[in-house]
Amino acid sequence: MTTLPPLLDNNDTDDENSDLFASAVEGIRDSLPTLQLSMDTAGPLLSPVEDEVVTTPPSTIPYHSVSKPSGRSDEQYLNVKITDVQRCGDGMGAYMVYKVETVSSLPQFKKESCVLRRFSDFLGLHDRLVEKHLRTGRIIPPAPEKSVIGMTKLKMGGQHTEQSSNFDFIEKRKLSLERYIQRTADHPVLGVDSEFREFLQNETELPKATNTSALSGAGMMRLFNKVGETVNKITYRMDENDTWFEEKTQEIECLENNLRKLACNMDNLVHARKDLAAYTGALARTTAMISNCEEHRLLALALVHLNELLEKIETVRHEQANSDFSYLSEFLKDYMALIGAVKNVFHERVKVYQNWQHSQLMLNKKREYKAKMDLANRADKGNFAGNEIVEWEAKVERCEEEFNNISQMIKKEMELFEENRVFEFKGIFINYLEMQMKHQLQLIGYWEAFLPEAKAIA
Amino acid sequence: MMDGMDDESEVLNCGTGTQKDGRSETVDLTDNSLIVDISDALSEKDKVKFTVHTKTTLPDFQKSDFTVVRQHEEFVWLHDRFEENEEYSGYVIPPAPPRPDFDASREKLQKLGEGEGTFTKEEYIKMKQELEAEYLATFKKTVAMHEVFLCRLAAHPVFRNDHNFRVFLEYDQDLAVRSKNKMEVVEGFMKSLTKGTDELLLSATVKDHNEFFEQQKNFLIEYHNHLKEATAKADRMTARHKDVADNFVKLSMTLTQMATTEHSDLEKFLTKVADTFEKVRKTEARVASDEDLKLSDTLRYYMRDTFAAKRLLYKRLRCLSNYEAANRNLEKARAKNKDIVAAETAQQMACEKFEQMSEKGKEELVDFKARRVAAFRKNLVDLAELEIKHAKTEVQILKSCIASLKNEE
Repeated sequence: MTTLPPLLDNNDTDDENSDLFASAVEGIRDSLPTLQLSMDTAGPLLSPVEDEVVTTPPSTIPYHSVSKPSGRSDEQYLNVKITDVQRCGDGMGAYMVYKVETVSSLPQFKKESCVLRRFSDFLGLHDRLVEKHLRTGRIIPPAPEKSVIGMTKLKMGGQHTEQSSNFDFIEKRKLSLERYIQRTADHPVLGVDSEFREFLQNETELPKATNTSALSGAGMMRLFNKVGETVNKITYRMDENDTWFEEKTQEIECLENNLRKLACNMDNLVHARKDLAAYTGALARTTAMISNCEEHRLLALALVHLNELLEKIETVRHEQANSDFSYLSEFLKDYMALIGAVKNVFHERVKVYQNWQHSQLMLNKKREYKAKMDLANRADKGNFAGNEIVEWEAKVERCEEEFNNISQMIKKEMELFEENRVFEFKGIFINYLEMQMKHQLQLIGYWEAFLPEAKAIA
Repeated sequence: MMDGMDDESEVLNCGTGTQKDGRSETVDLTDNSLIVDISDALSEKDKVKFTVHTKTTLPDFQKSDFTVVRQHEEFVWLHDRFEENEEYSGYVIPPAPPRPDFDASREKLQKLGEGEGTFTKEEYIKMKQELEAEYLATFKKTVAMHEVFLCRLAAHPVFRNDHNFRVFLEYDQDLAVRSKNKMEVVEGFMKSLTKGTDELLLSATVKDHNEFFEQQKNFLIEYHNHLKEATAKADRMTARHKDVADNFVKLSMTLTQMATTEHSDLEKFLTKVADTFEKVRKTEARVASDEDLKLSDTLRYYMRDTFAAKRLLYKRLRCLSNYEAANRNLEKARAKNKDIVAAETAQQMACEKFEQMSEKGKEELVDFKARRVAAFRKNLVDLAELEIKHAKTEVQILKSCIASLKNEE
């Protein structure tokens, strides 16, 4: 395995899974310590000793929304942006096309590329990545949810209606797609996966991902599968031998609860702020009326200024609501989805464990059977059972190995996840506080401009 | 007590203008001092008891320093006496203080009590403190409004000598004013209805040739409506602002909770953010209450004051109509050549009354305008200064928080 070509050159082959898997484990293991250091000191630490690391850039660059982290050295970047959204077709058959632009210095990528993708392509990409990597224990960044209502509204809205709600919807979706793609790009393995590369660079249309549609038969099947899995999740409890997993599971659960609560609080705040802005606007309009009929000239003048001031404050308050929303609410929602992905991976491990236990059980049964046959002196059946035992033994071994591998991989992935999470949380809160400060400074400016006007009343 | 004095001088300053500060011990003979304040207030189940404290050098009072306990209903009673008094029809009667309304606070407190299980303990304590502060603020505001009412009466050159007012201030027993029973409420409603129609009728039938009053009437009607609207909007705005502040409490609590389950340095980080949110909450709440105090309340007070001024105009119109009726009577009497003298004196009296009233009314309205402009100026300046102050505090909070967060990285 050590003689394998660098992990990214050729991973289209069928057996790539195991290869990729093995090398990626090393890759991450090697890159992690580097990551921590490189957070502060950037490139130079990425010594070329570990060839894996060079090809898989320490993909902690976590997220584009956070000011460019220094994780990936200057020459190593993979940035994806959605630069444009267009509408295709009419009526219910209409769909949106997103222009995805990629700039990269990675050898596996063209320097620049630009493709047109539909929303279902994004979902399809996610599905394929899940298919390929979930079993190995990778945390796959979740794609945005389909929104049937939003989309239908958009479709019904027709070509010409540039309603603000539609615009908001598209803008929001665009941003969440961008975050999703960037997260995938930042992953050391997923970021250079062949599917992902094709998604970003193949300029022809991708084969239509039919089973992403919410209403199709495949969608229904998926729903059934999901229900089945949920039942399985609830009913099956594995006896956890690994304390690390026990703790992590609890931690993740706890984090999810808190995030949900926080997101709920944030939503309320956004709501309250929006209302506040609306009422401020209403007050502004009534002050305009008062100033119209005020007979004292200077007071009327001051009221005119008050009206203008209140209108400006209304805008600030709207912006506050928007920044609450786009900085924190959206971020929290993303994270809740990410935690869903983490849970999926955990569950995948449980499934592997289940498999293993099942094989073990079968093996034991076969052994008992053979012992019985041997006792009964029925050599033919005993031999047959002996063959089966060998088979099952191999299977148990495979399952055990798979289980150990996935457990190990999850640990690595979680380390990366936590690393990124700490970094992103910090970035997002600092950004948010800075926005808040900006708004307050704006308010100061407005009120200071108003003060002399108020004083001028005499 | 000292607060009360300060408040009063404020009212006086932006008040009647013609009236000098009652406390100055000058040789001016007309300048007897009468100072009223509410030194204490007590909230019982559903009524509030105000301790009205009077300091005076007027000889008509038995003592120079005394206190009585009054309830809101008695304030209303006093206001109604002024309103009903014919002699005062040429004056703008200071609007009665609004009924103490703690229902909103109480309701919230009750809701909080019911939902106690859904909060964490700290959350609950914080929310409760918040509500208590709100309750206290409402209480103080109520007291201030009652005080302003009395102060305006005390500062007025005519009202201060009113008999009922003196009884109100001096009589140390209960005034035995009960709140209106159902019949009276209905009666009052009917009365206000007839008043309303009377007003409409008068404005339709009686032609007023006085340009000043005509213009004032149009102005006041429009102005009153806009102020009413603005008050409602401002109230909603401040209420919503309080909600925004409340939301920060929850955010901060959740973040603190989150911090406790973190292992990395995120724990410290999130705790700091939570602290900052808590501080932001405090300033936001202050912004809300100052907007309420300086903007909404100014609007509200002048909404009521314009209403009082409107009443003045209505009474004048009533008087004018009486005068015209007297004129017609006189003509009839002359035509019939009967009771001419009686009709003439009646007509003369009505004329005199009307003239007098017009003159007084004009003075009062000019006065009202001066008072209004001064109050608006003062409150708007205060508001702007407070807003700047709060925004600066918030910037400071955020700045130091961002700095310390960045340092840590």
